[in-house]
Amino acid sequence: MKSPRRWAMQEKVAVAGIGFTRFAPVTPDVSYRELTYEAAVKAYEEAGIEPKDVDSFICTSEDFLEGYSIADEYCNDQLGAVLKPVQTITGEFLQSLAVGVMHILTGRFDIVVVQALSKASNVKTISEMVNFAFDPVLNRPLDLTPWFVAGLEMNRFLAEGRATREQCAAVVVKNRGNALLNPSAAYGAKLTVEQVLQSEPVAEPLRSLDIAQNADGAVVVVLCSPRIAPSLTDKPVWIRGVGWASDSPTLESRDWTDAVAVRLAADMAYRMAGIKCPAREIDFAEVNDEFSFKELQHLEALRLFGEGQAGWATENGITSLEGDLPVNPSGGALGVGHLFECSGAQKFVEVVLQLRGEAGARQVPGAGVGLAQSWRGVPTTTAAVAVLSAD
Amino acid sequence: MREVIRMAYRKVAIVGAGMTKFVRRAQETGKELAYQAARMALDSCGMTLKDIECVVVGSAPDAFDGVHMKGEYLLNGAGGWRKPYMRHFVGGGTGVFAPIHGWLHVASGMFDTCLVVCSEKMSSCHPHPQGAFKTIFDHTTEQPLDPTLIWIFALEMNRYMQTYGITKEEIALVSVKNKKNAMDHPAAQLPMEITVEDVLNSEVLAWPVNRLDISPASDGAAAVVLASEHVAKRITDKPVWIAGVGWNLDTAYWATRDLAYPRYVEKAARMAYEMAGITDPRREIHVAEPYDPFDYKELHHMEGLLLADRGKAVEMLVEGKTQRDGELPVCPSGGLLGVGNPISAAGLMKVIEIFLQLRGEAGKRQVANEPRCGLAQAWGDLMQVGTVIVLRR
Repeated sequence: MKSPRRWAMQEKVAVAGIGFTRFAPVTPDVSYRELTYEAAVKAYEEAGIEPKDVDSFICTSEDFLEGYSIADEYCNDQLGAVLKPVQTITGEFLQSLAVGVMHILTGRFDIVVVQALSKASNVKTISEMVNFAFDPVLNRPLDLTPWFVAGLEMNRFLAEGRATREQCAAVVVKNRGNALLNPSAAYGAKLTVEQVLQSEPVAEPLRSLDIAQNADGAVVVVLCSPRIAPSLTDKPVWIRGVGWASDSPTLESRDWTDAVAVRLAADMAYRMAGIKCPAREIDFAEVNDEFSFKELQHLEALRLFGEGQAGWATENGITSLEGDLPVNPSGGALGVGHLFECSGAQKFVEVVLQLRGEAGARQVPGAGVGLAQSWRGVPTTTAAVAVLSAD
Repeated sequence: MREVIRMAYRKVAIVGAGMTKFVRRAQETGKELAYQAARMALDSCGMTLKDIECVVVGSAPDAFDGVHMKGEYLLNGAGGWRKPYMRHFVGGGTGVFAPIHGWLHVASGMFDTCLVVCSEKMSSCHPHPQGAFKTIFDHTTEQPLDPTLIWIFALEMNRYMQTYGITKEEIALVSVKNKKNAMDHPAAQLPMEITVEDVLNSEVLAWPVNRLDISPASDGAAAVVLASEHVAKRITDKPVWIAGVGWNLDTAYWATRDLAYPRYVEKAARMAYEMAGITDPRREIHVAEPYDPFDYKELHHMEGLLLADRGKAVEMLVEGKTQRDGELPVCPSGGLLGVGNPISAAGLMKVIEIFLQLRGEAGKRQVANEPRCGLAQAWGDLMQVGTVIVLRR
């Protein structure tokens, strides 16, 4: 019998256009709907389409963050998607992207638009909101700063000898330095390892500079089938594989050292893309770095470095812009800002820009295959991965 | 102009289903309800979680359970541990959209089996789940008016009655029919034999909406198992195929629309009919489960689904054509009015009802016309979402 899975892999999905706003700590001049509108106009312009040409829209939002208990209601007007097939994924942008890919692989949709948004500056009580995501019976009554979960995890990661405190700080120095070259990044800075280590403690060993700060922004992406890609773009970037997975949601039963969900999601994406040896086949990566040590943990889960190697590689410049495997050339969440559900979108945009050779001062030379990875943040264990190529 | 009509590459079937009893206040958490329904669905087709390649979860607002990122919370109850797991959300339309989302997973060729779980725990919202709907309105133009959901339904019902000259007595017949149908549903929360007078004499909540015009708040969960064609044929000799899917979202500015007719439902229905190759739905659809959170909604939606002319669904109802032994049985399960309305689970309950009717396994609820094709529909957000699934034997 013909294997359907292999057959699906032979299909690929094109990125026909991207649109994104600046990423900024506050955006008092625009509402969250206007942010999406700005990104949508740019994306449609780049792909040369109008909303009426789109077969399906996928929005990304989680209740409460926009101040509504049914956030799906307010996602479509600003996309021009009135009386159109629209759905919301209460997840992460890269999961929405995977849904867009599935749409096109069914053969019934040619043009699909995927959107994500962060208007974190509207939320006055972010840490209480995050606390609200904890198990209401077992964990929420502890009423601690939600970052204690990241602190515990970092402690475990260091205690297992997977990295040193200095190596984690080197991630911050690298990413915020990269962000200086990214005109849409909010938190570019020239820091030293000392400064990171001396910043105020939040949940030891996690210090304030180890934590990505929040930012606002929106991203809209136009995907299309290979059949019509030539009519929409002369510089398509191809999605070769997507994967997503979740580990245990409870704090009590999860793996605290390794990012199991990232490993599972990556294996799925690699299988779909036909990648056997990621460390050799991936040219650069945009990985989740909401907390400094997470970049190292995720690089190892993605099989881009062996266990305990990512920290050493960071210290030795292998993951810098000039290194063998540049990681977070955009500046990552530490440099660009933490964008909640939109975090993966910012990473996806960076991979597309790099593969098109449009990344300006932070261009990675010879970028042919790139990877974007996201994690949904404390207290979840949900991750998603996308593998893209230039040809 | 590019061609629009294309066939999906792969066929997807529903091979198993399960649901918990719908109750006003369950002892179980939403997570446990999800587990029970998932377990029943897997048992119904002799599968285990090992056979499942991906999990899809549907659940309505986080505000009910009082958990931010509820999808993550439900994860291990629904069987998503260490699997590709994703939650989607289209407000009240989520329940019927859940198998559509699962269809995307399987029809894309990325997976062969998919577990679809919808779980809703409304009772943990105090003092009443309606409170969760206080924050669904536009913060600038609507929230200052302090509207409730029932308030806007009353507006819509009034508009519908005014436009077509329909009376409250006629609309009450929907409630009478559905609550009676639910007498035969083992999971039903509000099965009862009532009369039109009972409906009219029940407490007015926001005129013209009385208490018995509305479905209850409920706790409950439902689940189905989807499989690709070559797998489905090995699991069951009675697969029910997903022949068409459609969904549509209208503007959030509901005050600017004609409330008498749900255009978004029509658009969703046309999308599903086109995929299913249905040109004359009134002849080709043999049993329907339109969304009935309020009694007038069943009629409203039948018109949007093109199963009746505008303003004429009520005639079919009065003539008894929508009874179980009628030409087009509508809500043979008992619908949301009778079985209960744990939002997302209620939508999936409708899909399960069509699944059972097409397999001839609906027991005492089995309709008389030997259906070969049926549809389920749900609706949600600010009166703006239509989700439609067409199933075939």
